[in-house]
Amino acid sequence: MTTPAYSPAFAEFRYWGAIFAKSWRPVLVNSVVNPVLFLAGIGLGLGGLVDDRSPLDGGLSYAAFFAPGLLAAAAMQTAVVEGGQAVFNAVRTRRSYRVAAYTPLQPHDILHGHLLFIAVRILLSSAVFVAVMYAFAIPASPGAALAVPVAVLLGVTCAAPTAAWAITVQQPSVIGNFSRFVVMPLYLFSATFFPVEVMPGWLQPLVYLSPLWHGARLCRDLSVGTVNPLDAGVDLALLALTALAGYLAARRSYRRHLHS
Amino acid sequence: MTSAHREPLLVEGSGLGKTYPAGPGGAAVPAVRGLDLELRRGEALGLLGTNGAGKSTTMRMLAAVSPPTHGTLRVFGLDPLHDGPRIRARLGVVPQDDMLDQELTVRENLVVYGRYFGLPKRVLRERAERLIEFAALEAKADAPVTALSGGMRRRLTIARALVNEPEILLLDEPTTGLDPQARQLLWDRLIRLKNDGVALIVTTHYMDEAEQLCDRVLIMERGALVAGGSPRELIGAHVLPEVLELRFTGTEHAAGCAAVKELIAEGAPWRLEVLPDRLLVAAADGQDAQRRIEARVLPRASLVRRATLEDVFLALTGRALVE
Ligand SMILES: Nc1ncnc2c1ncn2[C@@H]1O[C@H](COP(=O)(O)OP(=O)(O)OP(=O)(O)O)[C@@H](O)[C@H]1O
Ligand SMILES: [Mg+2]
Repeated sequence: MTTPAYSPAFAEFRYWGAIFAKSWRPVLVNSVVNPVLFLAGIGLGLGGLVDDRSPLDGGLSYAAFFAPGLLAAAAMQTAVVEGGQAVFNAVRTRRSYRVAAYTPLQPHDILHGHLLFIAVRILLSSAVFVAVMYAFAIPASPGAALAVPVAVLLGVTCAAPTAAWAITVQQPSVIGNFSRFVVMPLYLFSATFFPVEVMPGWLQPLVYLSPLWHGARLCRDLSVGTVNPLDAGVDLALLALTALAGYLAARRSYRRHLHS
Repeated sequence: MTSAHREPLLVEGSGLGKTYPAGPGGAAVPAVRGLDLELRRGEALGLLGTNGAGKSTTMRMLAAVSPPTHGTLRVFGLDPLHDGPRIRARLGVVPQDDMLDQELTVRENLVVYGRYFGLPKRVLRERAERLIEFAALEAKADAPVTALSGGMRRRLTIARALVNEPEILLLDEPTTGLDPQARQLLWDRLIRLKNDGVALIVTTHYMDEAEQLCDRVLIMERGALVAGGSPRELIGAHVLPEVLELRFTGTEHAAGCAAVKELIAEGAPWRLEVLPDRLLVAAADGQDAQRRIEARVLPRASLVRRATLEDVFLALTGRALVE
């Protein structure tokens, strides 16, 4: 007997929801409380220092610069943890992917369900974060709310290729090295916490390749109210194309590894 | 018409093969080669074989999660490559390793799994209760899986595989790690399922289990089929009907062995297998063999029994035999 509303991918989404429901407290701390503390501590504290000595272009406060960057960085962080460690566990330790593969779900249903879960998590934590930004009166533009869908897109852009790769990984240490040597540098050097212009010239072209930089720039332009249609188009196109390529790679890699 | 009264064919594989691609630094592994198999409604088929013989690989192909690289396979008349979801909707799978969600409770594990089959809440709630009872886990229904013993986890895995009321149940070493009571309980449940028309495919290393439970068994060796048939047929075809087991005190073991070999050289129609602690002499007439051997050497203990599937298995899967 099957309900008319039965969707295999949604079943996988609900699986992750059930697991999340068991351990939402630490997750809440990581994805909501920490960014908010960061925002309060760095944005306002360090901001006070920076704003007095070397004001940003256009008289932008440091908090107004920093907050949207942090929103994007937090989205990436959640996406790579879920797309990396969680996917690895789902094949190797928890093995819930293997279990789901024995049911009517196809590998792509498993992928869709997990990506949907990641997107919804980022949607919720980003919405809370933007609400906090409003509470601190940080955004200059009502368009700041649109930074939420941008953060979700950035999340999928990071999660999909990470998942495509993580499902092939055999050793847990490889996932740890990925966090240390790929995610951390991206997090720190994508000009999310300071303008790209202050970075050494040779590093700047690399920064422009980072999805996080594009996500952060678009979030910031929306929050500050300085959206330039050309820049925004470039950011969206780059994020969407990376997401699409990552998604196609993940589809292939899920099929190969779950139906081996 | 012999086929008219036969049950419908659920699984049909011919020349079935699976070669895993070469990994880094390893050659390609032909895990299953040229396997023919059939399964009908209500039938229990045993897959036997030494470690690495290809049993789990075969199970995964039948479960439509591992595309065969050779031959053809039909499950419920469908092609696993194109109709995987429709096939898996009607299958129950007990993998060799329990893959339960540690942080979920017993009941939650059943419910979460049932959702994968699109079962509505009401149906699921009722089935979860029934399966908890089936697995004799009432006392642990709301405990997390971490609080279960190995045998309880196995029972939960088996119960979980029944949540969609499958027509074929694939059991990969279902009783490994179960105590004798739990094994008996499981056999009883499996026989009940079989009587209800569920077809079973079971892999096991317990030959007594295969002999009791299975209508037919397939014996595999390094990926290929070496023998198939009902346990009775296999015993009739591959071993002598009786076995004389002889035990000697430590130092006499070699002497006993020599005496039996001598009798065989003189024309006694037996086959000798030497195990570290005893000798097995296969014979058409075990008592006759016992009399003739005991006339030459006196064992500490001797016993005549009927040949079992285990004797067939040992004979066919390359345990050193001395004629
Ligand atoms: N995913 C895989 N990739 C490569 N080789 C594999 C894979 N799975 C199994 N094999 C190889 O295929 C062969 C058959 O393995 P399989 O697990 O089917 O044996 P089995 O009969 O179930 O053994 P056991 O009784 O130990 O469970 C072995 O040589 C094994 O190393
Ligand atoms: Mg196995």
